[in-house]
Amino acid sequence: MKKTVSNIYIALIMIFLYAPMIVMVVLSFNSSSSTSVMAGFSLKWYGEMLKNSTTLTALRNTLILAVVSAAISTVIGTAAAVGIDMMKKKWIKSTVLTVTNIPMMNPEIVTGVSMMLLFVFVGKFVGARDVLGFPTLLIAHITFNLPYVILSVLPKLRQTDPHLAEAAQDLGSTPFQAFFKVVLPNISSGIVTALIMAFTLSLDDFIISYFVSGAKFQTLPIVIFSMTKKRVTPDIYALSTVIFVAVLLLLIIMNVLQTRAEKKELKAKKAK
Amino acid sequence: MKTTSFAKKILNAPYIVWSLIFIIAPLIMVIYYAFTDRSGAFTFNNVIALKNYGETFGRSILYAVIATLICLIISYPLAYIIARSGANKRGTLMMLIMLPMWMNFLIRTYSWLTLLANKGVINTILGAIGLGPFHMINTPGAVILGMVYNFLPYMVLPIYSIMSKLDFSLTEAASDLGCNGFQVLRRVIFPLSVPGIISGITMVFVPSVSTFYISQKLGGGKYLLIGDSIEMQFQSAYNYNLGASLSLVLMVMIIACMLVMNKFADDEGAAII
Repeated sequence: MKKTVSNIYIALIMIFLYAPMIVMVVLSFNSSSSTSVMAGFSLKWYGEMLKNSTTLTALRNTLILAVVSAAISTVIGTAAAVGIDMMKKKWIKSTVLTVTNIPMMNPEIVTGVSMMLLFVFVGKFVGARDVLGFPTLLIAHITFNLPYVILSVLPKLRQTDPHLAEAAQDLGSTPFQAFFKVVLPNISSGIVTALIMAFTLSLDDFIISYFVSGAKFQTLPIVIFSMTKKRVTPDIYALSTVIFVAVLLLLIIMNVLQTRAEKKELKAKKAK
Repeated sequence: MKTTSFAKKILNAPYIVWSLIFIIAPLIMVIYYAFTDRSGAFTFNNVIALKNYGETFGRSILYAVIATLICLIISYPLAYIIARSGANKRGTLMMLIMLPMWMNFLIRTYSWLTLLANKGVINTILGAIGLGPFHMINTPGAVILGMVYNFLPYMVLPIYSIMSKLDFSLTEAASDLGCNGFQVLRRVIFPLSVPGIISGITMVFVPSVSTFYISQKLGGGKYLLIGDSIEMQFQSAYNYNLGASLSLVLMVMIIACMLVMNKFADDEGAAII
């Protein structure tokens, strides 16, 4: 009895969560341009989507931005995490961590607006008009990725024995060698998670990008936003279905990699 | 030891410089713009103009509080059920709950428009069995629904992560000692899950109170929220100074809420001990 009630409850929530997505996927195959009534099956909106050059440019822009910002934020963030982990003074450490938390705690709209104001202010100062574009988007994306990178690398560092690096140095390796040969392999799973997370966060971001982007360089969410302002045709649904499937594949790959890494760790522990 | 402290400085330097320029400085900019006019002269006008936004702030807070409460009421039993399921089922269910978040937020919201519209999917289905049509779109209910739909996983996740670590032998002990089901919930499970509830509340309340797309799409622009007002100042009215003062109030309000919530969490924690 109890079990049936809980199963019904879970089923209802799943319907609530998935109904809009199912509707969207189904209607992306609609043969008419209606976004509510299914007329027949067709792939024409997928064709439409491929013909739309704005969408394709935006897709290219989004991918470039996601790759570059994920790479840069992972490098800066990993270095920062190593630095933070080595900090001796408690108050400095907690101050740095508090500042790190700001972009995660602040409403996204405030983060977006505050960065836009900084860019506009600096732009006015140096006399440049129209400062918003790829560089400002890149800076904003790196900034909101950084806390996630730091917070996924830090726990891995805490699990690593700090004496290992010291031992390596005692045995004659330089600090750089000690880092790359001893510390880095230990935290690599955290770094990979950080990289993928930063990539997906950047791919998906709308609110912050909306405030720091200009007309010259638009990402996919921004294009979707302007498309939904007008009357919508199912090509947006086709586009979102494609993105969703792509993200799903990425998640599955991530999951497989993680289970593999865990198995490896388990094996290594057993070998010890 | 000298090498370590040198390495530490080198490693940290880029991040510390970055966060000073791109986290701290933008916040200072918000304060600067909020208290200056277009020419850059000091003024209180933007703060005084805020009095016109009392209703908007009130509405934002009201909708966000309702949405947060609904999320809590839905998530609490859900997290409990999932936490008590078998290990395999748990993983699958949590993945199913998180999965919609990987779909673009704009699209997720927009597809509700398709469902709720007067000639939309729900009314078409209901019409087929002779019901309706119901007017659902462009109502406060639709806006709140949009918030619940988009942010529900943020509530489930922290409560679940507490519940999954909960020692359920405690609940057995409580019922052995004569507690009925409700008492077990109130005296054992609930107090232990408070930290999860607190972080769930903040994670749902913050994006709800500051949203602008949900209210525009599902409210039809009739129920403006504080996020809409900020967006308007920056994207169409181009009054950055007023926009900055609105953002400043929003930020201060949220920081105040978080401090209160954290205090509450600490007190609650102390009460348990």
